[in-house]
Parts: sequence; C-alpha cells; structure tokens
Amino acid sequence: MKAIYALYPDGQAAQQAVNRLRAAGFADREITILSPQPMEEYEFGRRDKATWMWWIACGGGLVGMAIALGLTWLTETSWPIDVGGLPIFAWWPNLIIVFELTMLGAIVATVATLVVTARLGRSSVLYDPEVSEGKILVGIEDPPDTAVPDLKTTLGAVREALVKTI
Amino acid sequence: MNSEGRVRTDQRINSDLLRPLMQTSWRFYLLVAIFGGIVAAALIGWTSQVTRGFGITGIRWPVYWGFYVTSFVFWIGISHAGTLISAILRLVNAEWRRPVTRCAEVITVFALMIGAMFPIIHLGRPWLAFWLFPYPSERMIWPNFRSPLVWDFFAINTYLTGSTLFLFLPMIPDFAVVRDKSAGLRHRIYRVLALGWRGSPKQWHRLETAMQIMAIAIIPVAVSVHTIVSFDFSMAPVPMWQSTVFGPYFVAGAIFSGIAALLIAMAVLRRFLHLEEYLHPVHFENLGKLLLMMALLWGYFVFNERLVTYYGNRPGEMAVFWRTQRESFAPLYWTMVTCNFVLPLVLMGIRPFRTITSCVIASIGVVIGMWLERFLIIVPSLGHKYLPYSYGIYRPQPVEILIAGATFAAMTLLYVLFAKVVPIISIWELKAGEHVPSTLIPPATQEHPLGELHL
Repeated sequence: MKAIYALYPDGQAAQQAVNRLRAAGFADREITILSPQPMEEYEFGRRDKATWMWWIACGGGLVGMAIALGLTWLTETSWPIDVGGLPIFAWWPNLIIVFELTMLGAIVATVATLVVTARLGRSSVLYDPEVSEGKILVGIEDPPDTAVPDLKTTLGAVREALVKTI
Repeated sequence: MNSEGRVRTDQRINSDLLRPLMQTSWRFYLLVAIFGGIVAAALIGWTSQVTRGFGITGIRWPVYWGFYVTSFVFWIGISHAGTLISAILRLVNAEWRRPVTRCAEVITVFALMIGAMFPIIHLGRPWLAFWLFPYPSERMIWPNFRSPLVWDFFAINTYLTGSTLFLFLPMIPDFAVVRDKSAGLRHRIYRVLALGWRGSPKQWHRLETAMQIMAIAIIPVAVSVHTIVSFDFSMAPVPMWQSTVFGPYFVAGAIFSGIAALLIAMAVLRRFLHLEEYLHPVHFENLGKLLLMMALLWGYFVFNERLVTYYGNRPGEMAVFWRTQRESFAPLYWTMVTCNFVLPLVLMGIRPFRTITSCVIASIGVVIGMWLERFLIIVPSLGHKYLPYSYGIYRPQPVEILIAGATFAAMTLLYVLFAKVVPIISIWELKAGEHVPSTLIPPATQEHPLGELHL
C-alpha cells in the first residue's frame, strides 16, 4: 500500500483527524494535508509557514541591481560618447535601468523560490480529485503495514470521514 | 456554514466558473470569426504597409508620430487596469477584489502585448526590430542607455514579465481544478499547466507569500512604466511636452483608462458568461467610485498643465495651446474633456445615476476620451514646433485607421479566447472568500490600533 487517507467535508473534521494522527504517534512531516483553498483559520493550515522567500526576493533584487550597474557601466565606458556634455556614466538615466532590473530580479527570485519550495512540477502519489470538489484530504504516505488497520480506525473515527487507500 | 453547505458551495463555484471552459456555444465561434476577421484584415493592411512602404500612411515630416504612437501610449495606459489595481486590492486585503482580480490582470497582459507591438508596426523595416534590443552591434556599439526609448524597453519588458507571472501564479490551483474535472487531451494539457499542484498548506503559504511580494514589487514597476512612457515626450524640446507634470499626469491617465477598460470587461463577462452571482453591483459601485475619483484627478492634472502653460505665455507653447483650445483641434479637445470629465462626473457622481449600465457608458466615454488625449498630446505639438519651417499637418490614412481600430478587436479576441481556456474568475480565491472565518479578522493591538495588516 502506497498511502492511506480520508476525505473530510470541513476544516474542523480535518483538524480532528490531524490531532488523532498526532496522538497515534505520527509526526507532522508524515501527515499529508491537502485542501481546495488556504485554511489558515485551522492549526493544520498554518504548518510550514516559515519561509525565506522575502529575503531571497531581496537577494534577487540585489543581483538585478548589480547586473544593471555592471551593464550600464561597462557599455557606457567601453564606448564613451559625449552627448550634450552629459557625463559618460550618467547616474540619473542609469537609475531607471537599475530600478527596473532590481525589481525584475526580485520578481524572478520570488517565482523561482516558489517553484522550488512548493515542489511545483514534481508528481506525488497521494492525491484525490475530490479535493477540487471541496473535500479536505488527510493521510499518510507509505504507512507501515502493521499500522494500516489502526490508521483506518483513526482516520475513520472522525465524523463524515471517507477512508480510502492507494 | 455547515460542512454539507460548504462542499455544495464549492461544487457550485466549480460548476459555474468551469461552464465556459466545458461548454462551447455558437456565440463563441461567431465572436472569434468576427474579431479574428478584423485582425486578419489589419494584418493584410500591415503587410501592405511593409511591402509598399510607409508612404501609404499619413506619417511624414514633421509629424512622425501619429496613430501608431497614440495607440502605443493608449494601450500601455490601459494595461494599468489590471496588475496595479489587483496588487493594491490584494495588499489592502479588500474582500470584494476576489471576482475582479483576474479579469483585471488579463487586461494588463494583453494590453501590454498589443501596446508593445506598436513600436514594431511603426518601423518601416520591422525585420530589424531587434535593433531596439540592448545588445552590442558587430562593432561593439551598445544602444545609448541615456535614451528614453531604451528605458521603454526595460520598463515594458519588466512590467510584462512581472504581470504575466502575477497572472499565472494564482491560475495554477485553478488549472488543478480543471485537471481534476476533465478527461482526455484536456486533462493532459491542464495536468502540465497545473505543475503538480496538490494544495498542501506549504504550497498555499508559498503561493500567497509570492503573491504578496509580487504585489509589492509590481506597484512601483507599474508606476514607473507609464512615467517612462511620459519621458518619451517630456525629454524632448517640443512645445507642451517638456513638462515636469507629465509623469504623474500619464500615470493618473493610465489608471483612469485602465479602470474604464476593467468596468467594460466586467460588464460584458457578467452578461455573456452569466456571472451575475459573482460580479455583484457592489463591484461596479466600488470601481465606479474609483473612476469618479480618477476623473477628478485627471481634471486636476489637465487644469494644472493648461494653467502653467497659459501663465508661461511662451509663443511656441501658446500656439499649440490655442490650436487645441479653439482652433483646428478644438472639437477633439472638447470631446475629450466631455468624455473624460463631464460624463463620469455626472454618471458616477450623482448617486441615482450610478448603475451598471451607466458605469459602462461612462467607461466607454473614458476610453474614447483617453485615446483622444494621447492623440492631442502627440499630433498638435509635432505639427507646430518652434519654427514655422517645421509646421505640418497629419492626416491618418486608411491603413493606420484599420490597424489602430483592429487592436480593439485583437484585445476582445484575446479576451474571448482566454475566457475559453482559463476560469475568468479565480476559483480558489472565490472559495476562500466564501469561507472567511471571523478569526481571520485581524484584532486591534497596541501597535496596530486599526488591526494588524497581514502582509
């Protein structure tokens, strides 16, 4: 068996299921929860909230800024053209390029972090299309064979649970 | 809401919002045929312009910027509808934004794509368009980074990239819904687009955090884009162009026309996709008020620009001033003032008049008025510079009128096709809005007397 899970009609039932799994000795990282929308009002919906994404976005912005400064400096000094007596490396117009590439760097870094940390583009065994219909999935991937009967009982003990296996 | 009711609401939202994707009526094919036909006609016109040369247009010395650059500025302005409005509403956590954001974000992406085409259409040899890109020539000469046209390249491409990602990211969970509700080829396509989305708490957190960061980043980029477009004019020694007010004036005008475009799109979607349950009168009410505020702001900027020119009383500028106020361009000027100021003031300012129909009428007026505004900034000034030897007249030719007009058909066509393949209202955001618990309302604290803002 690859996974055992149950579908619940609301967050309260899913929270109870999560609590029961914890009481049965399963760690948070072993419990899979899937919901059709963010459910931060429940404790399980606030798991894994800590992220470095803000700092990585700032880092991306700095990289973009460095590229812009390098690009403008190198290009303007390697072929110096006097335009109306303006400095060869003129800060005011270059700030526009610097600003745009800084923001672009932050945006690209944010999206890259999202793709990597949210594990987008990677397939997973445990999923049920019923989640799209509003159900909340709580389950365990690769459960030990000996624990399966107890897991069925634990997950099924919550009201309106629909227990399934893969 | 009980659990059964919650699941039923989710199913109803899925069914209503996926209906346009799953069912295709004859109206869809008719719309595609009509607007596709207009776009095809414009393509033929453009091909003719390329093969026969720019002589078939009315663009000639001294007015080198006509309908094409007017349309470029206009469409870049319309693009401010989406990402900027959506980002602001997301940041202030406005609950009523949920059905509106995607309709708006789509306008941004398509308007930018159309706007960005005009510098290429405006080229006599469009196959050399890559010369605009910032890369060195074979003699290692780079484009001049001190030129506003190079700033345009960076600003528009940053905004287009950011807006496309800003539109795409919240579509991923909705692609997963379509994936789960479809079969065959459609299932395979949406499985790829959904990027393996499952809806774990971690994925939701990361997505929401990414959207917050992008909202913060995209707002100054949006403002910068139209400011930089205004620099194309205000950096040039042309009468009535060299103005310090042009940056904010252009940004205000862009947001103004963007809101108008959004209102029109929402009304059309509501009517033809039967989205009355999702796009409520309150959405039109709120955006209508915003349109009114922007009309007042626009009026303030126009007054500011005119008054300063009038007091400056420089001959070169006053000549252009009077051309627009009471000479050859006066009919267009006063039509612009009526469309952009009088019409929204009456229809949106007087409460009993503020209905969905009047929102659409005012918005159509604003779109026309804003196009005229761009035209009146460009053509009268170029045709009447400081010295008499550079006076000239611009007469748009059929090919220009066809291409400029066809961009409206292109916008509609792209919008219709998009609504056919992507839920035009964000399904997951709408579901989340249906189940907002009271615990999520931020409590007031000593540091945040109005309640902590969750960014």
